[in-house]
Amino acid sequence: MKINILAFGIARDILGESVLEFEWNGEPRVGKLKEELQRKFPKFTDLASLKIAVNEAYAKDELEIHEGDEVVIIPPVSGG
Amino acid sequence: MEIFVHISDLALNAGEVSQMVQSPSCGAIDIFVGTVRNQTKGKAVVRLDFEAYKPMALKEMTKIAEQAAEKWPVDKIAIYHRVGSLDIGDIAVVIAVSTPHRQASFEACKYAIDTLKETVPIWKKEIFEDGEVWVAAHP
Repeated sequence: MKINILAFGIARDILGESVLEFEWNGEPRVGKLKEELQRKFPKFTDLASLKIAVNEAYAKDELEIHEGDEVVIIPPVSGG
Repeated sequence: MEIFVHISDLALNAGEVSQMVQSPSCGAIDIFVGTVRNQTKGKAVVRLDFEAYKPMALKEMTKIAEQAAEKWPVDKIAIYHRVGSLDIGDIAVVIAVSTPHRQASFEACKYAIDTLKETVPIWKKEIFEDGEVWVAAHP
């Protein structure tokens, strides 16, 4: 499955780009995607938290990702 | 109940945001204004760069407003956040809440800013003379 992952803040710095085209054949769940990202980009494991948003909402690890979903890496937020 | 949420590239005006929540049924408006400080942990800050995942940030800001209205008798609430490059003293966020009496407005406004800092996908980078850092990224 090919998914486009958007990244903001320090996540974009870690990827080196704001959109990552990610070819991925594992179990299409959010938790597995996080593990895969941390394996490929170990700097994600140094962050205070790592969340994934799917279609503009925080996603639980169990959520299944489908082709065409908007998947976004959410590093620790710091608004305000 | 009315909700106003906005993410702006342009300077925020706290007076305008507080006027939006004025209501004849309310005797209290509480306003929180977050501004850019000139130092962090004693280190001089040159400026702050803010960015947002805008569609989701607006949804999360709306959720916060709805939650505040469930917990307190909020008549109107406005949550405005700035993005882009901000100088010292610039306004980064304005929250205004109107309620019939003052105690609820204090509490609802505090809830809104505290929750915004935890859930809304907005990020700030501190720019120093000798480098830069994404705030709160690392434990």
